[in-house]
Amino acid sequence: MSLAQKMACAILLLVLGASAAANWLAPAGYARQYREATEAPPSHAHWLGTDELGRDRFARVLYGTRISLLLAPAAALFSTLMAAFIGGLAGYLGGGWARIAMAVTDLFLSLPWLFLLITARALLPLNVSPLVSVLVTFLLLGLLGWTAAARVLCSTAAALRTSDFVRQARAAGLTRQRLFWIHVVPNLKPVLYAQFWISIPVFILSEANLGILGLGVAEPMPSWGSLLKELEGLVSIGEEPWKFVPLILLALVVTSFQLLLSRHEEVPA
Amino acid sequence: MRNLQRKIAGHALALLATVLLGGLLSATLVRLAPGFDTDERELDPHLNAQSVQALREARQKQQKNSLVRFYFSYMTSALRGDLGTSLSLGQPVRNLLRDRIPLTLRILSLGLGLAWMLSLTLALTAAWMRLSIYDSLTTIISGAFLCMPAAVLALLSVLWNVPGSLAIALIVFPHTFRYSRNLLAKVYSRPHITAARVKGLSEARILFWHVVPVVAPQLLAVAGVSVSIAVGATIPVEALCGLPGVGQLAWQAALARDLPLLMTITILVTLVTLLANSGADVIGHVLQRQEA
Repeated sequence: MSLAQKMACAILLLVLGASAAANWLAPAGYARQYREATEAPPSHAHWLGTDELGRDRFARVLYGTRISLLLAPAAALFSTLMAAFIGGLAGYLGGGWARIAMAVTDLFLSLPWLFLLITARALLPLNVSPLVSVLVTFLLLGLLGWTAAARVLCSTAAALRTSDFVRQARAAGLTRQRLFWIHVVPNLKPVLYAQFWISIPVFILSEANLGILGLGVAEPMPSWGSLLKELEGLVSIGEEPWKFVPLILLALVVTSFQLLLSRHEEVPA
Repeated sequence: MRNLQRKIAGHALALLATVLLGGLLSATLVRLAPGFDTDERELDPHLNAQSVQALREARQKQQKNSLVRFYFSYMTSALRGDLGTSLSLGQPVRNLLRDRIPLTLRILSLGLGLAWMLSLTLALTAAWMRLSIYDSLTTIISGAFLCMPAAVLALLSVLWNVPGSLAIALIVFPHTFRYSRNLLAKVYSRPHITAARVKGLSEARILFWHVVPVVAPQLLAVAGVSVSIAVGATIPVEALCGLPGVGQLAWQAALARDLPLLMTITILVTLVTLLANSGADVIGHVLQRQEA
């Protein structure tokens, strides 16, 4: 592990630890409104100031980070499992199954990601409770984000299907099911790990995009997307620089994931 | 030649399947969407009981249509150019698209042109200079843009008062730069390029005679993908920069849950990206054959 990767790991652990300890570190809950101090600048009481409703921005950043950092990996896990099931099985079965699965995958891949997301999001009710909106947003990311990984897994499984050891195992009389679970799936693991890590920063960025566009996590629940929406009202960058803290945090976390990713990308090769 | 024809036929089939499947999906969603079987004109106090009854009867006749029949009528109307009416804006979708497509096309073409110019310039200079500092610097710059949500770049473009096309260029640039830099670095490290340099060939000659023919098919494939990225970027850029294009229309339709409009835009966007990818694939195939 290089120095940059060690630093990335440390940053991720620090951010994750701080967000996990939000209940103790934050001066108040994310929804508490200090009506006497709306749009307040940073002070001893409010380290990052307050928003237009008087909510402590530091508390919202901590809780928002927790939501984004817990649910993006959960969505990534869900999409990786879906990709493993669809891509892995299609590649292993081959023939018509693989062609149909890959045709559907290609169709999904040809559609711009954000168009697909907002279309799917619009199909679901927009006026839902904050908790439901969090689940819907990340479930959608998981449900729609499997295609690229499925393509990679399909080709890997297809290569495994024609490999010598699988042929030998088949010749030895192993059933198709046993062959799949004992010989194919374990060999797909490195690719699955890589796809899981690749998906996390993609989902974090997608949630941020949806949040800024007003189609993500509903108020008062904070997420990086909804926190970044505050930048919309800025007139100049120097005006209220503390509003950029969520953006800096997001960029740091995504960069850290990208740095760690370069290590995981080496594994499947 | 037969191979090329087969490739073109495959792409045409994929386009046709997209239209048919996308149409079926749109028709199903529009037919099942809440509010399909209601007509707000019934609330108009100017209408008398007979008129309201006539509206109800007309709607009941429409409801008797099965989904399949509804699909066929939807598709035949679409083929005639009638793409339905927007629920939220109350205007024909065709008119809305006709008014907004030129602006989106202008932003897209400018953004893509800028992104490619920037990517190729940086990738080529990195390959020519072969300086690790320069290589690291360009990687850090592209990495920084890669870690920014597209919507934040759109917001920053509003703050700095720069055109939306530049925001699209900065969203597309890190993706195209990464591929072009890796591709060019790989080709420039080949032995025949070193031999050409030793022989004293100019960099321009090496580029146009020995590098471009090799990298063109791959770069074309990336160009196809970059169209898809740029089209996706139009939503945040147009929505947040206040540009009345197709991306902004899609965003407004999503917020208003205007399914007929949103589905039509999605199908059109899919067709555009599929056409771009298919075109890039076919041209790349032709170039590869010529190279062979």
